[in-house]
Amino acid sequence: MIRLERRPTPSRFWSAAAPILAVALTLVVGALMFAALGKDPFEALRAIFWDPVFGEFAFYFRGQLLVKAGPLILIAVGLALGFRAGIWNIGAEGQYIVGALAGAAAGLAFYPSDSWLIFPLMVACGALGGFLWAMIPALLKVTLGVNEILVSLMLVYVAERSLLASAAVGWLRNPDTVGFPGSRNLSRWEASANPELIAGTGAHWGVAAALIAVIFAHVLLTRHLTGFHIRLTGAAPRAARFAGVVPGRLVIFCMGFSGALAGLAGLFEATGPAGQISIDFASGYGFTAIIVAFLGRLNPLGIVAAGLLMAVTYVGGDNAATNLGLPAAAISAFQGMLLFFLLAVDVLTNFRLRAGKGVTA
Amino acid sequence: MKLRTLLAGAMALGLATGAQAQDDPVKVGFIYVGPVGDGGWTYQHDQGRLAVEEEFGDKVETVYQESVPEGADAERAITQMALQGADIIFTTSFGFMEATNAVAAKFPDVKFEHATGFMREHPNVSTYDARFYEGRAVLGTIAGHLTETNKIGYIGSFPIPENIQGINAAYLHARKVNPEVEMVVTWAYTWFDPAKEADAARAMIDQGVDVILQHTDSTAPQAAAQEANENGGRVFTFGQASDMEAFKPLPRVASIIDNWAPYYIERVGAVMDGTWEQQATWAGIAGGEVEIGEITDAVPADVKAEAEELIAAMADGNYHPFTGPINKQDGSVWLEEGETPDDGELASMDFYVEGISGGIPN
Repeated sequence: MIRLERRPTPSRFWSAAAPILAVALTLVVGALMFAALGKDPFEALRAIFWDPVFGEFAFYFRGQLLVKAGPLILIAVGLALGFRAGIWNIGAEGQYIVGALAGAAAGLAFYPSDSWLIFPLMVACGALGGFLWAMIPALLKVTLGVNEILVSLMLVYVAERSLLASAAVGWLRNPDTVGFPGSRNLSRWEASANPELIAGTGAHWGVAAALIAVIFAHVLLTRHLTGFHIRLTGAAPRAARFAGVVPGRLVIFCMGFSGALAGLAGLFEATGPAGQISIDFASGYGFTAIIVAFLGRLNPLGIVAAGLLMAVTYVGGDNAATNLGLPAAAISAFQGMLLFFLLAVDVLTNFRLRAGKGVTA
Repeated sequence: MKLRTLLAGAMALGLATGAQAQDDPVKVGFIYVGPVGDGGWTYQHDQGRLAVEEEFGDKVETVYQESVPEGADAERAITQMALQGADIIFTTSFGFMEATNAVAAKFPDVKFEHATGFMREHPNVSTYDARFYEGRAVLGTIAGHLTETNKIGYIGSFPIPENIQGINAAYLHARKVNPEVEMVVTWAYTWFDPAKEADAARAMIDQGVDVILQHTDSTAPQAAAQEANENGGRVFTFGQASDMEAFKPLPRVASIIDNWAPYYIERVGAVMDGTWEQQATWAGIAGGEVEIGEITDAVPADVKAEAEELIAAMADGNYHPFTGPINKQDGSVWLEEGETPDDGELASMDFYVEGISGGIPN
């Protein structure tokens, strides 16, 4: 009989090895699934992992990797701070939407001005929108002790179903089109456009912001008192109180910071790759970023690697879907396996496997 | 822009190799908004793709990508198809409009065909659409006869002209045969979401709606009606986009079928013999793009005959579903006696006709 025994302290080895083993398991089981679907598994894995980075059209795909990874990393870095302190912002998707709406609305209020101030204003409002949307669960948690997981998650649906839907068909709709949903094209209006900073690289302001956020979070966690408080609260909440951590303030900080970053990601997406606020603007980045945060071990530098890996599965997954005729569901299942195996293998970080009968405690 | 230069370079390379191998099959790409197994809209486009394969055999190669979101990802999916050598790409949802035009600018030698849109910014972009409202007129006629509660429901996808045309056409023709009829409209804000569509259908049934039309792509409303009927209900539905024959003879009593195959074959053929030109197509029952699926025996024979007469009149071009006098919802005159709207007016329809209650979300 095999049983699990809790480790006295989490294993550093398994904490680092778990993502690698999870990726390996995903590759093996994914290959089996592709084979079961009647496709050459090596072809499929090559189309997903090799082609986007080194294949014939890598010059295009590499840029697309940054386009995909940028918002994922930006959101995940913010989430990771809270997750490390045991503050669970699950609603980044909603903050992403509200940030984009707030930023787009602020900019469009001045349409068709061509002032250079418009884009910075939109960026500020994007961050503010995400921040304020995250403040709802944060303040409810601090004042009334309401569970932030539920509130932040529910607010995703409020943002998506009512705010985004009404914006796209109503108050933000492009008045120059006849009844069609969607805002003006922000990427074609020079004052609001978020173009590639270096042509062909896919790197727009959102990617730059993600880089800055990663460095900021890394320094915060390793060099700053707030970062110490975050780590301490996650590791030993009671000890943290004795060390002078004010839990409420930490909740406000972590929720607000992650909300602002998610809002920024939304704004940069709306003004760049997406180009407009449309009904389908919510693309799930806010949820995928949760996977990215955990895959990156809640470590800013790890998140960069995880974000790029996730981007490869998206871009390469699309590539495999067209080239090999793989069903879209197979690609989603493949991505899902990654999280599934990570969670499964992660058990080894906190528990060890023991053979034989356990001593009843 | 450097990216454009790169892409143009890749294009030139593609052309050069293409010229060397003249016998290469024409590569035809399809971008789908839902899964090919949705049993409705996307399924029907995929039937068109298969018809192209059947027609041209070895001379074509088709590729498709399903479940492409109508957002930032669409542009990548289309670009990728063009990079990989597609000669003509059909983008089969309204929301792919801007992405299609953006990619078309970078690949001037690839032909793009965008379904249900109106934007043709480049000479290599055509648009095509079907006059679904003609089919709705037929379904409305049947619905007006079948309803006992005098409440017919319409599950709309988005409040865009295509849906509003359908709602107005269905209502006008239901009212023509049943002046008491009332139209209940629910907006799902999605093209394909079985859970939401089923919820919308159940909510309607709870309100006493007994005939449901849908402008969304899944069979979930059909299943919801079937479930209600198993529990003693009396609810009728119509297949949408595809025949949805699995729900015959009840609740599905007829269907509106999008038949894209002839158009796809014609356009791919035009690429093959080099005669492809930009155009905007809007065909209906007369052109064969809109078909009415089998009207089952659950519909009384005289109603069926009346529906068939209406179909024939539209096929001959003798009847326009919007023929005056028709007033707008606010009572103002839209069409005078005998007047019909032009296509521009239809394509921008943003009002309900008189008699429909409730507003269009705006």
